Amino acid sequence: MSTTAIAIENLQSTAKPWTETLHDWVTTVDHKRLGILYILYGLFYLLIAGCEALIIRIQLTHAHNNFVSPQVFNRMFTMHGTTMIFFVVMPILFGFANYLVPLMIGARDMAFPRLNAFSFWLTALGGLLLYFSFLGGNGLYGAGNAPDVGWWAYAPLGAKAFSPGHSTDYWTIALLVSGFGSVGTAINIIATVLCMRCPGMHLGRMPLLPWLNFVMAGMVLLAITPLTAAQLMLLVDRYQGGHFFDTQAGGSATLWMHFFWIFGHPEVYVLVIPAFAFMSEIIPVFSRKPIFGYPVMVGATVAIGFVSMSVWAHHMFTVGMNSYANSFFAITTMCVGIPTGIKIFNWIGTMWGGRIQFKTPMLFSIGFLGQFLVAGLTGIIQSAAPVDWQLSLSYFVVAHFHYVIVGGIVFAIFAAFYYWYPKVTGRMLSETLGKWHFWLFVIGFHMTFDIMHIPGILGMPRRIYTYEPRPGWEALNLIVTIGAFIQAAAILVFVYNLVISYWKGAKAGNDPWDAWTLEWSVTSPPPAYNFARVPVVASRRPLWDQKHPEDPDSIYE
Amino acid sequence: MASLILAESAIFTIFVVAYLFYVGKSLTGPTPGQVLETPVFYTICLLSSSLTMHVAGNFLKRGKEGAFLTLWLLTLLLGGLFLFGTGQEWHRLIYEKGLTISTNLFGTTYYSLVGLHAFHVTAGLLMLLIVLIFGFAGRVHRDQSGRIEVLSMYWHFVDAVWVVVFTVVYILGR
Repeated sequence: MSTTAIAIENLQSTAKPWTETLHDWVTTVDHKRLGILYILYGLFYLLIAGCEALIIRIQLTHAHNNFVSPQVFNRMFTMHGTTMIFFVVMPILFGFANYLVPLMIGARDMAFPRLNAFSFWLTALGGLLLYFSFLGGNGLYGAGNAPDVGWWAYAPLGAKAFSPGHSTDYWTIALLVSGFGSVGTAINIIATVLCMRCPGMHLGRMPLLPWLNFVMAGMVLLAITPLTAAQLMLLVDRYQGGHFFDTQAGGSATLWMHFFWIFGHPEVYVLVIPAFAFMSEIIPVFSRKPIFGYPVMVGATVAIGFVSMSVWAHHMFTVGMNSYANSFFAITTMCVGIPTGIKIFNWIGTMWGGRIQFKTPMLFSIGFLGQFLVAGLTGIIQSAAPVDWQLSLSYFVVAHFHYVIVGGIVFAIFAAFYYWYPKVTGRMLSETLGKWHFWLFVIGFHMTFDIMHIPGILGMPRRIYTYEPRPGWEALNLIVTIGAFIQAAAILVFVYNLVISYWKGAKAGNDPWDAWTLEWSVTSPPPAYNFARVPVVASRRPLWDQKHPEDPDSIYE
Repeated sequence: MASLILAESAIFTIFVVAYLFYVGKSLTGPTPGQVLETPVFYTICLLSSSLTMHVAGNFLKRGKEGAFLTLWLLTLLLGGLFLFGTGQEWHRLIYEKGLTISTNLFGTTYYSLVGLHAFHVTAGLLMLLIVLIFGFAGRVHRDQSGRIEVLSMYWHFVDAVWVVVFTVVYILGR
């Protein structure tokens, strides 16, 4: 069985004009190209949202700073949050899912290639619309400007009376449009995973990455749509005189919070589950051991998917719900930590007794493990409603969620870049630069986000553009800012690595990491049709079976 | 299509939740009991359209393209009749009873929920029309049954949503 490309001898070709290449990329429906487009798009917005974060940090370096005005500061944290979640992390994760899911299940493309392209372009244009607000929006203070209502646009701040002009509308419509794109991608992933697996690959033999992306896609269907509904309601309120969130007509501003967080909480699990998927593929390969407890990993992820739909009001402990509601959400929030903890134990169990290779993907994975654990624990700290009453709206919350997203998800994304870049481009990323990237980022990350917990505990509120010179706050904020700049330097090293290795990196070959899933059976980069002959698999590690015919996994499974 | 239905169900659920949450909470203006008239006839139209579509699909699977087209056209007409009925109801509510989307909470939630449903009916009718045109051009055969079935799933979903909306608005909400 050959799954590699078929070579054709003596082929002569002339270089294509660049316009034709551009046209091919813009009109592509190939999942691999769309994956790359998603990832490049996300990386571009990472740099922009990163600059917004640096502006925030410079403004907060010392008390009574006036690097930016309060109005600009509000726009910065709104755009930083909105961009990072919807136009950086989601595109990068969807990009990897698009690229890898068909390859890993032995398919030639996703189930609906044109829907795939449509979804990408919806997301892309949604992001452009959001950033056009800097030019076209009419903020509260007159001149054209970006949304400044936070990424959650709480009612009644989002209402026409309190946000005249169009900046909030740019936020609403950009996310509405890209939400449709996300739902399209989710439908695609579900259909692909359910219908296009190669012969022999029943669901119990599918690698964990397609499995976890499948769970993520199911959550997207149920999580993004409440946001769509809430945004439609907001548009009705703003433009048709509706009263959904209008307290003066008997409406409820809290209802917006409920709807938003019914979206918002499962959304962060939508972000983290693909990160878990990367870890579940990378940690086994660099521990030279199959994943510990495959069925439990799947079960735990499905459990996380379900339980996470029931915890949303832990973002609302301070809003004044009754104690039954507060207790319910506190309990469900603590419960969602259980399957997550099981997964962490399984990753450790995978590494235990393995032969660990400390290559760059593994370094980031180990960083993920420790940091995600701490992040989860600070989450559990806040799951107790009384503790949350003290910590809510403080920098402790900011530190917690950045610890999860940056310390967890972004580290997993970096690991995925170093692991799959050879497959996508045919070149290895520089290990030296990778280690520089890793250590600079770890130092910067911990300097920023470990320290950030302390001002939170000391009472520094969120969403403030400046503060009084209280004891300790200035020094701590300064350290946090310095850490942010170190992280920025690390990102520059990373981008430099990505660019320089494309031309100067070592040639990768099909399988530089000696891995076990189907994407490593084809050339790097894969041919447009992925597999010359559709593979037939007999176990969870088809390449192990291929490389070790005397000791295949299939006799054990 | 099942995934899309799941996603759309979530959207409708949120609008239904908003409707139910705000039942009885309007501070001013007409209440449901004062202005709503149960649209029995038009509901029967819409629900029958599901039946006619189902039968149409069966005819197509057996290769009876003429019968398929007839029943498909009937489905479209019944759906169109439902939309017309909704429009009539809205005209009465706006011009005779003074209930608009901005009047009060009831107005906002009623028009949003029923309007969202009507929008989905319209989108469905558009797709039905496209199939009808292709059918009259002689291009819908037994081979296309699978696609017709997928479209039927959407139409049955729209009907099911109407059952829920009808129950919530015209039965529970009053």
